[in-house]
Amino acid sequence: MTTNGVHDNGKQTGTETVKRGLAQMLKGGVIMDVVTPEHAKIAEDAGACAVMALERVPADIRAQGGVARMSDPDMIEQIMKAVTIPVMAKVRIGHFVEAQILEALGVDYIDESEVLTPADEEHHINKHNFKVPFVCGCRNLGEALRRVAEGAAMIRTKGEAGTGDVVEAVRHARAVQGEIRRLTSMDEDELFTYAKNIQAPYELVKETAQLGRLPVVNFAAGGVATPADAALMMQLGMDGVFVGSGIFKSGDPAKRAKAIVEAVTHFDNPDVLLNVSRALGEAMVGINVTTMPEGDKIAGRGW
Amino acid sequence: MGNETIMKIGVLALQGAFIEHLKTLRTLGVQAAEVRLPDDLEGLDGLIIPGGESTTIGKLAVEYGLIEPLRRFARQNPTWGTCAGMIFLAKDIGHDRQPILGLMDITVSRNAFGRQIDSFEVDLPIAVLGDAPFHAVFIRAPVVTAVRGSAQVLARLEDGQIVAVQEGHWLATAFHPELTADSRLHQFFIRLVGEKGA
Repeated sequence: MTTNGVHDNGKQTGTETVKRGLAQMLKGGVIMDVVTPEHAKIAEDAGACAVMALERVPADIRAQGGVARMSDPDMIEQIMKAVTIPVMAKVRIGHFVEAQILEALGVDYIDESEVLTPADEEHHINKHNFKVPFVCGCRNLGEALRRVAEGAAMIRTKGEAGTGDVVEAVRHARAVQGEIRRLTSMDEDELFTYAKNIQAPYELVKETAQLGRLPVVNFAAGGVATPADAALMMQLGMDGVFVGSGIFKSGDPAKRAKAIVEAVTHFDNPDVLLNVSRALGEAMVGINVTTMPEGDKIAGRGW
Repeated sequence: MGNETIMKIGVLALQGAFIEHLKTLRTLGVQAAEVRLPDDLEGLDGLIIPGGESTTIGKLAVEYGLIEPLRRFARQNPTWGTCAGMIFLAKDIGHDRQPILGLMDITVSRNAFGRQIDSFEVDLPIAVLGDAPFHAVFIRAPVVTAVRGSAQVLARLEDGQIVAVQEGHWLATAFHPELTADSRLHQFFIRLVGEKGA
């Protein structure tokens, strides 16, 4: 396993600054799930700021069931060769060997993702052990800061992946943003207790209170299907958007992908949002999360 | 620009790390504005094109009719590109096919250091900023492979690779001064904007 290194020429690689820095460069952008090099080209041409390479989009993982694992490195490598934008790939929660393999392959970011079947029901990956940066999902501030403490360099809301229903992404974004707003008005005594209650390290809670935001970039994910969904998440204070099944499960992926990219840039300009929302063809059919059996939900994975 | 008016610098806000630039500029007492549409360039004294994904920024600039207005603005006003912004300002980007402004007499190679695991930070000597080195963060960074005409090299890595260039009122850096607390390069750019307006 590689560790953070200082080289002869004074260059330091794998530092928190460069790990978090790439996420800062992705802000205001859209990261799209792709399953083939052709999809990856469509995403890049539409203006995606990165792609997530995986074998099945979350909607298909739901439909087909079974154990969902890291994708075949060959398939990820083909996608890395097809595009010049950063390529991310998913590993199972706690599966640090899948992460070692993806680091050896040279992916730009690893998503330790609840969308895949968890490999460890108590421990997440110790992400400080890697030079490659990680993004992790969260439903609230405590979960976000636990992941940052483990070395996550980027956070995303979990939402409910593969549903095309934005309600859970909104719930998780509002939870995080609302908790941060409350933190900023607390005194030190209250911060100690709050940190204990949300099971997050005090230092990170204090840093978040001082910054008035998470110490790392925070994207929305899990259920974004339309330009309006994407702009909604941006107006709720997210730094950017992941779109999974929403693009390649829709009627006209190229057009919808481009429209979502433009909606994220111009998220507070209703005239642009009106234009890009027109005539996009069919959206993904979707599953209503509210009427979904509890056991089918995946956002509860992660500890 | 007269003394009575406060300097106003725009930051291209299509995608990427524009908020970091805006914050640094405001800390230095300059008015800073986000630029997403051609009209947003109105009344600006200078422009920063930030880091981000250059393909994304290029496509959005074309789609919203920004290329020609940006080019016109940059010909007349100080403009600074960091990372993706440096690619945007260059005349020559090799085999890459993406929309650029094509102003600075430099050749730039994208993702020149490799993938993210090769991203790095390093102390960089930059003579125009004084003796103390500048702590520079390189994220999937480009590099300048050739400098022509009046373009001047401001900084090189230890192995000689060119990572900062000035050509008249244009500035290009392969690294991200907006990611560190050292604001000397922002101050350097603000001086360029001030001289131009004086």
